[in-house]
Amino acid sequence: MSEIQYQSAKTVKEAVKYMQAAKGKGYILAGGTDLLVQMKSGARSPGVIVDVKKIPEMVTVTEKNGSFTIGAATPAAVLGENKKLRKTWPGVIEACNLIGSTQVQGRASAGGNLCNASPAADSVPALVAAGCIVNVAGPTGKRKIPVEEFCTGPGKTSLKTGEIVVSLTLPKRPKNSSDAYLRLIPRTEMDIAVVGVGVSLTMKGDTVADARVGLGAVAPTVLLVKDAAKALIGSKLDDAALDAAAAACSAACNPINDKRGTIKYRTKIAGVLLKRSAMIARDRINGIEHRGHRPV
Amino acid sequence: MSEHRPNTEGKYKWIGTRPERPDGADKVTGRARFGADFSLPGQLIGKVLRSPHAHAVIKSIDTSKALALNGVKAVITAQDFPDQPNLIVPTGEMQVNMRDITRNIMAREKALYEGHPVAAVAAVSEAIAKQALSLIKVDYEVLPHVIDVAEAMKPDAPILHDHLLTEGANPPASKPSNIAKRIEFKKGDAKAGFAQAQVVIEKDYTTQAVHQGYIEPHATLASAAEDGQIQVWSTTQGHFQVRGFCARLLGLETSQIRVTPTEIGGGFGGKTVVYLEPLAMRLSQKSGKPVKMTMAREDVFRASGPAPGGNVKVKIGAMRDGRIVAAECIVEMQAGAFPGSPVGPACMCSFACYDIDNVYIEGFDVVSNRPKVAAYRAPGAPISAWAVESTLDILAQELDMDPIDLRLKNAAKEGTKTAYGVTFNTIGMVETLEAIRDSEHYKSPVKPGYGRGVAAGFWFNIGADSSAASHVGEDGSVTVISGNPDIGGSRASLALMAAEELGVDYNKVRPIIADTASIGFNFVTGGSRVTFATGLAVVNSVRDMIRELKVRAAKIWKIDPEAVIWEGGMAKPAGNQVGTFEPLSLADLAAQAGRTGGPINGHAQLNVTGAGPGFGVHCVDLKVDEDTGCVHVGRYTAAQDVGTAIHPSYVEGQLQGGAVQGIGWALNEEYIYNAKGKLDNPGFLDYRMPVASDLPKIETILVEVPNPQHPYGVRGVGEVPIIPPIAAVGNAVARATGVRMVDLPMSPPRLSEALDAARPMKMAAE
Ligand SMILES: Cc1cc2nc3c(=O)[nH]c(=O)nc-3n(C[C@H](O)[C@H](O)[C@H](O)COP(=O)(O)OP(=O)(O)OC[C@H]3O[C@@H](n4cnc5c(N)ncnc54)[C@H](O)[C@@H]3O)c2cc1C
Repeated sequence: MSEIQYQSAKTVKEAVKYMQAAKGKGYILAGGTDLLVQMKSGARSPGVIVDVKKIPEMVTVTEKNGSFTIGAATPAAVLGENKKLRKTWPGVIEACNLIGSTQVQGRASAGGNLCNASPAADSVPALVAAGCIVNVAGPTGKRKIPVEEFCTGPGKTSLKTGEIVVSLTLPKRPKNSSDAYLRLIPRTEMDIAVVGVGVSLTMKGDTVADARVGLGAVAPTVLLVKDAAKALIGSKLDDAALDAAAAACSAACNPINDKRGTIKYRTKIAGVLLKRSAMIARDRINGIEHRGHRPV
Repeated sequence: MSEHRPNTEGKYKWIGTRPERPDGADKVTGRARFGADFSLPGQLIGKVLRSPHAHAVIKSIDTSKALALNGVKAVITAQDFPDQPNLIVPTGEMQVNMRDITRNIMAREKALYEGHPVAAVAAVSEAIAKQALSLIKVDYEVLPHVIDVAEAMKPDAPILHDHLLTEGANPPASKPSNIAKRIEFKKGDAKAGFAQAQVVIEKDYTTQAVHQGYIEPHATLASAAEDGQIQVWSTTQGHFQVRGFCARLLGLETSQIRVTPTEIGGGFGGKTVVYLEPLAMRLSQKSGKPVKMTMAREDVFRASGPAPGGNVKVKIGAMRDGRIVAAECIVEMQAGAFPGSPVGPACMCSFACYDIDNVYIEGFDVVSNRPKVAAYRAPGAPISAWAVESTLDILAQELDMDPIDLRLKNAAKEGTKTAYGVTFNTIGMVETLEAIRDSEHYKSPVKPGYGRGVAAGFWFNIGADSSAASHVGEDGSVTVISGNPDIGGSRASLALMAAEELGVDYNKVRPIIADTASIGFNFVTGGSRVTFATGLAVVNSVRDMIRELKVRAAKIWKIDPEAVIWEGGMAKPAGNQVGTFEPLSLADLAAQAGRTGGPINGHAQLNVTGAGPGFGVHCVDLKVDEDTGCVHVGRYTAAQDVGTAIHPSYVEGQLQGGAVQGIGWALNEEYIYNAKGKLDNPGFLDYRMPVASDLPKIETILVEVPNPQHPYGVRGVGEVPIIPPIAAVGNAVARATGVRMVDLPMSPPRLSEALDAARPMKMAAE
C-alpha cells in the first residue's frame, strides 16, 4: 500500500497550495463520509489528504443582505440548527438533513455532497432549484460557477487541479418564496435516492411568479429542468400546470435501469415528486409547515 | 406490550421474570469480544482469492510469485486439503455432504459461483496478503452459467456437476442435471379431494434469495502448534461443529482441535457452517504462525450462505363453508452451487398449520451458480408459507370469510396428522389464532387507506445432543457450564432455569459457555433448541448436583439420603420422623464439602427428543402509496405459542426480530445478479434490510401452551416468527390496494408497476 500524507490547512490559500503540490493526487477532506468509505473500499487512493475543517470560512454560515453563504465543509447538522437559514431555505436544509442519519450528519457537508458528484446526491437538486452559486478558489484565483454547471458526470466536477470549493452562496430571497425537496428511497433513511426533486417557488398572490426545478438521480448529473419551471410560472399550480411540469420532469430524465430502479419507474417518479414538492413549497409560502421527507 | 401469560402466573419464582442478561454489561460497554477482536502475538493475516467468474473450470493455479513475495508465509489451494467422500452430515437443520464442503471452502475442479474461494495466503500484513493475491495466476476456462432455478431445471441448462443424477426422480434419472433431488409427501387422495371441492384457488409465487444479514462478518483466528494441536477462535453458532468439520477437512482427530466460540454478532443459521476456519488452520499449519482471517461484507454476501429463493405453486380446494378438502404445493428451491436446499422443511411446513385430509406436496432441490445456501431461521418454511398463506387469503376473500375464522375452521390440533406423517401432541395453533382474533389490534377498525393482513406459520423445533455441568463454588455460588454459543439470550434463560431448580437467587448462578475441550459435545445453536434441549441438560445437571447435595447433607446429619429433601435452596430433613436438623444452605454444604466427599458438581448429557412445535400468527396494518409503490407499515402484532416464556423479554425479542426480518424479506431484500452472473448488490446500501425508522414497534402476544415434554414447558421460539410476516404483508397489500402480489420482493418499483398494470382494469370494473 502506498503512503498517504495528511495535511491540515488553516487558510484557503494553504489548502490550495497543498492541492496544487499534490498534482492531482490530492483530495480535500471535509466530513469524510464519502472519502473515507471510498478509501476503505479501494475506490480512491489519495496521495495527499487536505483537511479543510480548520478553515473558519469553510465551516461557518454567514448572511449578507439576505444572501446566505455556507462554508463548503459545514456539517449538515450545523446547517439544520441555523434557524434563519432553515426558515429561508427549508428545502435546501431538509435536503442536507436527510443525508444518511443523525450520526452521518454530524460530519457530512453540502460541499462534500456536491464535490463527490454523485447524480443521486441529495442536497444538489435543492441547491440547483435554489440557484446556488459555487465559490471556487484555485492557484489562479477565485471563480464562481452556477451549481447546475458544477458537475460534469458521475464522480466528475469542473474543478481544475488545485481548485477547491470554498463556499456555496444562496441568493437573496424575494417575498413569498419557499422551497422543498423530496426524494424517493425504498426505505425511510440510510438509502440512496432513486429520484430526487427540488422545487423553489416565488408566488404573487396565488400565481407562481418564479420557479426553479432541480432533478436528481435520473441522468449523469443533477439537472436544472427549465421546461418544468416554465410550466409552473404564471400558473396557479392547478392540475394542468402540475401535469405539464411533471411531464417536463419525466421528459428530462435520462436514467439507467439498475438495481435501484427501472427507467420506467424513475421517469414516473420524477413527475410524482415534482408535483408533491411544488405543493409543499406553496404550502410553506402560505405558512403551512411540512415535515417528514418520505412521500407516503 | 400486550401479553398473554395464563400458565405460569404465580407458579415460579424465577421463570417468567426479566432480569438483566449475564452478558449484558459486557455488550453495552464494548468489553465483549467478537470474532475479529481476537489476536495473538506474531499472527499473520490470511486473505482469500475468490473467483471472479460464476462458472469456470480451473485449469491451473500458479502461486509461485505470491510465495516469493517478501512477507508471504504460506499459500494454499484445494491441493492442500484431502478430497472427501460422498458423506452426508447434519449441520443444524440442514444436511451437508463432505465432498461438497471441501469444494465449497476451496474450489477444486471448477469455480461454481462468483466469490468461490480458489486460493488463500497468509502474510505479515494485510497489505502484503492483498498484494500476494494479485500475484496468483489462475487459468480459468469460463463456462456458461445459470442463476435462475427455472432456467437451471431446463434440459439444456449448463450443468454444474457431472455426477449429479436426480435422487428420487420418477422414472430414475439417467443423465446428469441440476435437479439434485425430488421429494414427495402425500396424505389421502388429493385428486379426489379437489374433485369434491366447491372452490379451488390456484396460484404461482416466486421468491428471491435473501441473506441473514448478521451484523458481524465471519472471523476466525487459528494457531497450530508443533505438536499437532490447533486452537481456534471463531464466531460460530456451533464450535463443536467447527471442530468436527475441520477435523474431517484437515484429516485430524477432534482431540487435536480446540475451538473457543467468541461472542457472536448474529447468526440466524448462517453461522452453522465453516468457511474461513479450515483455511486459517491450514495456513497456520503451513506457516507455523497464528493466522487471523476476516470476511469483508462483500465476501459475506457473495460467498456465505444466503437463504434460497424459490418458485412455489399452490392449489387449495375448499367447500363453501370454508372447510379445506384438498391442498397441493410444489416447491422448486435454490440450493446454491451444491445440493442441499431446505426444500424438505419447506414442503413439510407448507400445510402443517392445518388439518387437511387430502394433501400432495412435491419439492425439487436445484443447484445453480450461486453461493451454497445456509440455514436462515426456519429454513425453507417462510417460502412455502408465503405461497400457502397468500392463497388462503384469496380463498377467504372468495368465500367472504374472516381470514382468522377460515384458519380456525381448519386449524391443526392435538391428534392432527401432518402430511409428513407426524401426529401432533399438545399444540397451540388454535390458541394463537384466538389470541390475534381477540387482540385489541384485530378488534380495532382498519384505518382508512390501510389494509390488514394476517398469516400463520409452523415450525418443528428440534432437540438433539446437549451436555451441561453445574459446579458449586467454595462459597456456595454456582457456575452452570454449557456449550452453545448464545445468540438469543440463552445464557439468561439457562441461569433462570438453574436458579428455579436450585431455589437460589438468579444472581448466584453464573452461566458460561465452554470451549470444545471443556464440556461434552453440544450440537449447534440452531433449530430453536438451546433453551429447550440445552436447558433440559442444565436442569438435569442441576438435579444431579442436588442429588449430591442431599447425599452430603445426609452424611452430615448421619441419616439416609432418601430422608433429605431440597427446598428453597436448602437441604432439609424430609419430616419430623427423620429427626430435627437446621436446614443446610448451599454455602453451608460447600463449606463442608472437603469433609463430606470433595467438590460438589452435577453433570448431564442427553440426546433430547420431544421438541414441541411452535405456531405463529401475525397481523399487520399497512398502506401503500399508490403513486410510488412505497409501503408504510402502521401497526404490527405477532402472536406465538411459545410454550413457557422463560425470560419473556428475550422471547418477545425473538418475535420482534423475526417479524422485522420477514418484513424485509417481503418488501425489499433480494440478491440481484447481473448478466455475467455476478452479484450486483453485495452491501447493505443496495441489499435493503429494514431500518428502525421503517417500522412501528412490533407488538407481541405470548401464548403459553407448555410443551409437556419439558420440565418447564419450553418450546423453541426463535424460528416461527420469520414464517408468517411475508404473507401477512402481501395479504395486507392485497387488501389495501386490490392488487395481489405473487413475486417477491414487493419493492416500490415492482409494486408500482403492478398497481399501474391493475389501474385500467380497476377503472373498467368500476
Ligand atoms: C452511511 C452513509 C449514508 C449516506 N447517506 C447519504 C444520503 O442519504 N444522501 C446523500 O446524498 N449522501 C449520502 N451519503 C454520502 C455522503 O455522506 C454525502 O455525500 C456527504 O454530503 C459527503 O460530505 P462530506 O463532507 O463527508 O464529504 P467528504 O467525504 O469529505 O468529501 C467527498 C468528496 O468531495 C471532495 N471534497 C469535499 N469537500 C471539497 C471541497 N470543499 N472542495 C473540493 N473537493 C471537496 C472530497 O475530496 C471527496 O472526493 C451517505 C454516506 C454514508 C457513509
